[in-house]
Amino acid sequence: MRRSMLFLPGNNPNMLINASCLGADAVIFDLEDAVSPAEKDAARILVRNTMRYMDLCGCEVIVRINSVDTTYWKKDLDTILPEKPDLILLPKTGAADDALIADEYMSQLEEKLGLEKNSVGLMPLIETALGVENSYAIASSCDRVKALFLGAEDLTADLQCKRTKEGREIEYARTRLVVASRAAGVDVYDTPFTDVNDDEGIYADASLAKSLGFTGKASISPRHIDAINSVFSPTEAEVEYAYEVMDAIRLAKEMGKGAIALRGKMIDAPIVARAERTIAMAQALGMDRREDK
Amino acid sequence: MEILKSASAGTIESSDAYVEIEPKEGALDIQIESVVKEQFGEEIKAAVKDVLDENGVKNASVRVVDRGALECVIRARVETAILRGKGEE
Repeated sequence: MRRSMLFLPGNNPNMLINASCLGADAVIFDLEDAVSPAEKDAARILVRNTMRYMDLCGCEVIVRINSVDTTYWKKDLDTILPEKPDLILLPKTGAADDALIADEYMSQLEEKLGLEKNSVGLMPLIETALGVENSYAIASSCDRVKALFLGAEDLTADLQCKRTKEGREIEYARTRLVVASRAAGVDVYDTPFTDVNDDEGIYADASLAKSLGFTGKASISPRHIDAINSVFSPTEAEVEYAYEVMDAIRLAKEMGKGAIALRGKMIDAPIVARAERTIAMAQALGMDRREDK
Repeated sequence: MEILKSASAGTIESSDAYVEIEPKEGALDIQIESVVKEQFGEEIKAAVKDVLDENGVKNASVRVVDRGALECVIRARVETAILRGKGEE
């Protein structure tokens, strides 16, 4: 379960050591934009030590390395991969080849380290117009790709338009990435909402992302995590309905019926699939069925 | 391999440590500055020595200014300073 992902600058010990206390399902240790070129070496080692020695209390770990057109990315992977992060976030992925270059090097390192192939996943960060247009090819480029991630700040710069709170300028990119990711069978994550003081805005932006089909959303501020977790968690009513759906399906099978209605609506395969996802998430969150409380 | 040049790593911000390292003939000198030196000075020194040993550094002068850093942070800053001092970064 990965509703929220929190970016933490890779060379800031004060933030890194608090990673597990900030409420996010996953933390993204950032070796790219948050770290100056002169401190790339220091950040790599600090992030590696944080992963090696700190108890992150089950918080999933993602590391944003530098892009494959830099001189840093191989050293990033050399240092980080032995600590077995859950995912590598690959910035400025513009084409399937970018993902394949990273995949090939990660495979070499996994073999050298005695790790199972694809034990560390890859999440391409789509933040250029070219990346958006190539999103399905990127998402389906190799088995290592587990999700796509939309980065709207760099994207809007590339599109030569202004980034706004309403996000009209990224509507196409959002829907394109959701469709591409779902077609490829991988997850998809929405860009951070960058006004850390706008508590209503983050709810609205996260709700929009959820309504479009995103799996979760990233944040640059711990202040936004509760809102994101709340939006991307099922409500009690949704959980109850999901259990009712499964009960109805069970009853239909017992009665030898091929189809059954619930609350006046036919229960078909997509509704059952959605109910199963809701129940799986509710169980992961420790949400009991209402009647069991 | 030994320290070839003066180098530093880290900051004096809260939860961090600032480490300076420079070449020294025939000795290993470790100085610790920390508000918790009385309580944890020996542990900090042992961690610094451990990282120096892991990296084969036998001759150097090392100064650590601790700002309440966890051991993993101190270790990271010492390692970075060593690599910079060896000219590897």
